[in-house]
Formats: sequence, structure tokens, C-alpha cells
Amino acid sequence: METLEILGKHLAVDKDGNLVNRADWNEEIARAIAAQEGIGELTDRHWAVIRAMQKAFDRDGDAPSIRRLTNESGVDVKTLYQLFPKGPAKKAAKIAGLPKPKGCI
Amino acid sequence: MDRVSVIVSHGSLEGVYPALIMANGARMEGIEVSLFFTFFGLEPIIERRMDHLQVATVGNPAMHIPTLIGMLPGFPTLVTSMMKKEMEKLDIPPVREFLQMIHDAGAEIYACKASVDMFHFKKQDFWSGVDDIISVGEFYEKAADGQIVFT
Repeated sequence: METLEILGKHLAVDKDGNLVNRADWNEEIARAIAAQEGIGELTDRHWAVIRAMQKAFDRDGDAPSIRRLTNESGVDVKTLYQLFPKGPAKKAAKIAGLPKPKGCI
Repeated sequence: MDRVSVIVSHGSLEGVYPALIMANGARMEGIEVSLFFTFFGLEPIIERRMDHLQVATVGNPAMHIPTLIGMLPGFPTLVTSMMKKEMEKLDIPPVREFLQMIHDAGAEIYACKASVDMFHFKKQDFWSGVDDIISVGEFYEKAADGQIVFT
């Protein structure tokens, strides 16, 4: 099992580098992952997306991809790409401590 | 991969969607995207036509229906509405919404000048999200150092 060093802890990650254990996740870890991913400071809008993603995952068992993420978070596509420039669904899932979304759309 | 340029050359519903899914998927991976619509591929970016694309029910062996059935009046409409329902279940939006989504995601959308001239289209015939009408030379300039996907 691969691990990622975050805040001095070695946490288990999958092949995409996303956390394996949700229990390892907390807001401090999220901020550290965001920094590693080049997202920078997490604003309220980032958090709205991250929370919406976790909520959808807990309900559906899969992290939402772009179209569903806009509906779940109420944040439009343009803004999602401004918040998470290198792929909103993928990056937000990583910061949220979830596996990469499986959906294609 | 940093950049992909997707060429759309078909105007049927099933001919257009693969390109849109590839383009959107690339943006989701953080890859820069441009879409280049050419020949009958202009259909999905013509304002008055983009909401009315249909599945080709004739000349397609993978439909598994006899050509004579595929020709019946109303049959393409029926098949098209069935396919749209299935796509909605998979969260695949209609053409206009999908193109808007891809454009909002930062993809550039271009019409092929040679095709525009051939079909006698004017700038005002196009959907407002079209960034420009460009020549094939300009397309290659924009595609430089990236991958090109022809659909």
C-alpha cells in the first residue's frame, strides 16, 4: 500500500494518490492536500464543493463528476474550474478524502 | 498530455456525442481542449439545428434493424428519443447544455471555414458559444504540440 506524507503522518492512498481511509481525513488534512495540489487557500466556496462531494458520496457510493457536482453544490461549471483549475471533480474528490469519481461526464 | 484537439465531422446524434464526451472528459482531467467542427459536424453548433440532431437509423449495421424499417417515417425520431432517455439516465446532457458545459469548462469551440463557406453559413447562424470560424491552418497552429482526435 502506498502512503502519502501529510502533516508528518504517513497515510494510506490508492493508485491515484487519494486517501483510502475516510477516518484519516479532517479539515487540516484537506488544507494540506489542497496545498500539495496547488489549489492554495481553501475558501468558503471550495468548502461548499468539498462538503457537497462528501454528502453525495455518502449517499451514492461514488463521488459526483462535473454535471452532478454542479447540481449538488450549486456552484456553476465556470466557477468550479476557477476553484479547482486542473479538473474540479478529480481535485475536489482528492481534497475531500474520497476516491476519484468514476463517472465520465 | 497537456492539450487535445477534437475534430467533429459527423452531424448525427451518435456521431457528435463521442466527441463531446471526449472533450469534456479531457477538461475534467485538466487537459486543455479545442473542438473543431467540420463538414456535417457543423450541425451541433448551428443554432436552429443543435436541438434537433437525430440518430442515423439507416446504413448502420450496429442498429440491428433492417434498412427498410429504419426508413419508416417517424422511426429516427423514435430511436432518437429512446437514446436521449438512456443518456439522461447516465447524466449525459442534451447537446446544447453539453456544449455550454464544455465551453464553461474552458474549451475553445471553432467552426471550419471551408465547411462554413461550402454550406453558405453566416456567423449569425451559429450558436453563441462558437469562439471563431478558422481555417485548417489556424486549427493546426492551435493544435500544435498536442494530440488530435478525429471523430
